[in-house]
Amino acid sequence: MSRLARREARQGLLFILPWLIGFAVFTAVPMVATFVFTFLNISLAEQEPLRFVGLANYQRLFGDEQAWASLWVTARFALLWLPVVIALPFLLALAVNSKYVRGSGLLRVLLFMPYVVPFVASALIWENMLVDNGWINSALRFFGVAEPPSWLNDPTWVIPGLVMIGLWGVGSGIIINLAGLRGIPTQLYDAARLDGAGWWRQLRHVTIPMMSPVLFYTMILAVVEVMQYFLIPLVLFDGSGDPGGATRFFNLYLYQTFFTYQEMSYGSTLAWLLFVITLVVTLLLFRLSRRWVHYTSER
Amino acid sequence: MAPNLVRRTRVALMTIVMFGIVAAFLSPLVQMTLSSLKSEQQVTQAHSPLLPSDPRTFTYQGERYDVYRVPVDGAVRDLALVDKGRTESGFVDPARPEQGLITWQGSWRTLEPSWTLAPRWSNYADVWSLIDFPRLLFNTVVLAVVGTLGTVLSCTLVAYGFARFRFPGRGPLFTLLIATIFLPVTVTLIPTYTVFAQIGWVGTWLPLLVPAFFANAYNVFLLRQYFLTIPREMDEAASIDGAGPLRTLLSVIVPQAWPAITAVVLFTFVYTWNDYLTPLVYLSGQPDLQPLQVGLAAFNGLYTKNPGYIQAGTMMTIAIPVLLFVCFQRTFVRGIMSTGVDK
Repeated sequence: MSRLARREARQGLLFILPWLIGFAVFTAVPMVATFVFTFLNISLAEQEPLRFVGLANYQRLFGDEQAWASLWVTARFALLWLPVVIALPFLLALAVNSKYVRGSGLLRVLLFMPYVVPFVASALIWENMLVDNGWINSALRFFGVAEPPSWLNDPTWVIPGLVMIGLWGVGSGIIINLAGLRGIPTQLYDAARLDGAGWWRQLRHVTIPMMSPVLFYTMILAVVEVMQYFLIPLVLFDGSGDPGGATRFFNLYLYQTFFTYQEMSYGSTLAWLLFVITLVVTLLLFRLSRRWVHYTSER
Repeated sequence: MAPNLVRRTRVALMTIVMFGIVAAFLSPLVQMTLSSLKSEQQVTQAHSPLLPSDPRTFTYQGERYDVYRVPVDGAVRDLALVDKGRTESGFVDPARPEQGLITWQGSWRTLEPSWTLAPRWSNYADVWSLIDFPRLLFNTVVLAVVGTLGTVLSCTLVAYGFARFRFPGRGPLFTLLIATIFLPVTVTLIPTYTVFAQIGWVGTWLPLLVPAFFANAYNVFLLRQYFLTIPREMDEAASIDGAGPLRTLLSVIVPQAWPAITAVVLFTFVYTWNDYLTPLVYLSGQPDLQPLQVGLAAFNGLYTKNPGYIQAGTMMTIAIPVLLFVCFQRTFVRGIMSTGVDK
């Protein structure tokens, strides 16, 4: 390496130093530390002498019905939420981008606006919508539903209720999808039209393949987010898991184990389980993406 | 002519449908505004009007009486109930009290009360002092301003390092940086909490402020993408004039990258303003240090029975982010676009 190149390298490393230090101090070292915790017995609730407990925390995890039940709550929510949060922004972006829609600039801004509303506030705003004399049930009654669901008090309906509350987060997805749609070369549509492709076949053979990287990106972010979902139920039900344990999400259980019951070691074990599941699912999605995500050749 | 008409109908229909969807999407904001002005009494009462109102009363011969909607001879009249009876009651017409008692057959309990428009602006004043709004606002502003400052400073430096310098391991390090986006927040929150607890920072603002000065993946990514679009010739011209890398950054890159830097400022400010989990974890038990979102959630726990208060408090906490968005919506939208497309 020449003297000049070495100087450039030194300067570059100096500029990224804040991140390097931050990554080491706030991410890497603590993560390794929590991994070590999983083999210890740190718990502020019980003042036992610190010792190595081997796989005891993992054994407890396998026998912990609450942990698996809460993982199931997260999975059930994900099954309903993921299709919505991936498809809805795409469909709304298609509609906003349609040549038949006027005022698309205004629509874009209005759809994106709730993105800046703090989610504690949005949880409370939506709670007000979902209670029995809120507008949603009033509207349902108006349309002839005699007994609309008790959204936030019924274990069956609370999950769809939470999905509705989450709708206000789709704004950024719409913007990303819109940017993707505008980046599709118009020649592709011209060529498809020459071949006699109608609206549906253009969508199927041009728009969706060209949008697949964007859809994949929103999917990955949505998966990482849904695995950690628990703050809205924490605000609405004060962490009780009401109604009937239907909102005891995995991350809520993890949060309470660590911060409420101060079982540091077992909490760390739960955190590592969450991390490993997220990692496995993400890697799996990356592997599967080769079959359906099309990157244009220049990338 | 006909195809044109078909097209126009289609445009009209699609546009109406889309604005209808958006209206429904934003309707919770309208309900929040209306609820924030309602009395506790109105919210708990079934069949109360849509707009903030009070039950009407009428003072007759020195006494206050409730006004009901009474069907008389096929028309509904607003009458004050003066003499309650099981099968017949005496009413007075507030518009013409001199006419004296009107006797009405039927049980008055089946009647609907009459309402009059009465927005409770006092809800806002009440909440202002109940949650100690000035203190919460002060805490939030300090946290957001310092956090934003730290993020912009550190992310600009790091993004510049990744965008303009060649050094061994640059590719893998950048991948590592991006990978941290996919790391679940709780997974890093737990270990960092343990560290901060060890050094005695829990219960102070330090765990919320200090990490901001060590850059984060989203904003480094956004800034680096933008820096890469600035022609290198401009840096080189500056360095020929004898400017060092820091001078080049400040005099060439930063002025050019202003749109991206504003986006980072806005995103970080709104993000810090809206953050709940980190302050909740580090400042629980320290109400004097907590920001708005934590205060609002606690307030919700105390006043569940009075939605008017809750919604007024909510309005007070979202006002500033929403205002910022209204002023800078273009910058917000462009910022989101640049993180998404180049992925």
